[in-house]
Amino acid sequence: MKLHNSTDRIEKEIVLRAPRSRVWHALADAEQFGAWFGMKLEGAFAPGARAHGQIELPGHGNVTVEIAIERMDPETRMSYRWHPYAVESGVDYSSEPTTLVEFQLEEVAEGTRLTVVESGFDRIPAARRAEAFHMNDAGWAEQLQNIARYVAS
Amino acid sequence: MSLHSAGWREVSRAAPVFAALGDETRLALVARLSSDGPLSITRLTAGSAVTRQAITKHLDVLATAGLVSDVRRGRERIWELELEQMEAARTYLEHVSKRWDEALDRLKQFVEE
Repeated sequence: MKLHNSTDRIEKEIVLRAPRSRVWHALADAEQFGAWFGMKLEGAFAPGARAHGQIELPGHGNVTVEIAIERMDPETRMSYRWHPYAVESGVDYSSEPTTLVEFQLEEVAEGTRLTVVESGFDRIPAARRAEAFHMNDAGWAEQLQNIARYVAS
Repeated sequence: MSLHSAGWREVSRAAPVFAALGDETRLALVARLSSDGPLSITRLTAGSAVTRQAITKHLDVLATAGLVSDVRRGRERIWELELEQMEAARTYLEHVSKRWDEALDRLKQFVEE
């Protein structure tokens, strides 16, 4: 927990016991990205490209997520913009601000250190944040089932 | 954790908040908004010995300290505690954060298998 109490960004760090090239492909290959993230992706990842993902949320049907790739430096960093928690079908999020997701890879003794930073939350309308929070109470139970299924398969 | 540097920064940043709350009328306004939710200036002034103009001034001081904010609804300004918005923003971030934890766990399995 950071002391500065920022409501604008999330920062994560994880060490993966896999070579940097393996981690890079899991991120940079849209199909592989979709496999672990939990969505079906259409379109390839490339700087400036837009890929569309379908997330199946029982009770909400299929929700489309648009990923706008910004930067791809092989085996080093990748960044994209999206609408966080754009999980309500029938709502047009396109005019709303996006958040920036940045992945950074670094070789360490155990394998690869991956850092994820998602920033720009303070520009997301307050009402949208409150609504996403309420929705996700229901969504989480479903998400956990998805994970259980994925792990078991 | 470095209590000396980071802790002090937190405290000094909170100074305007304490200053804004160091007034009986303003403290009462915060308490009222906390118990009764968003209120119009008319409702905040009703039954008070303090004039509407004075209340507005006090609310502006609270707003400058980031404690309250207002939205215009028709011809009225509705005031609410900013803390509630902060709380909602923080809860939201915790959820997004949890979602990343789950996703990264799945990524870990994916690349380590």
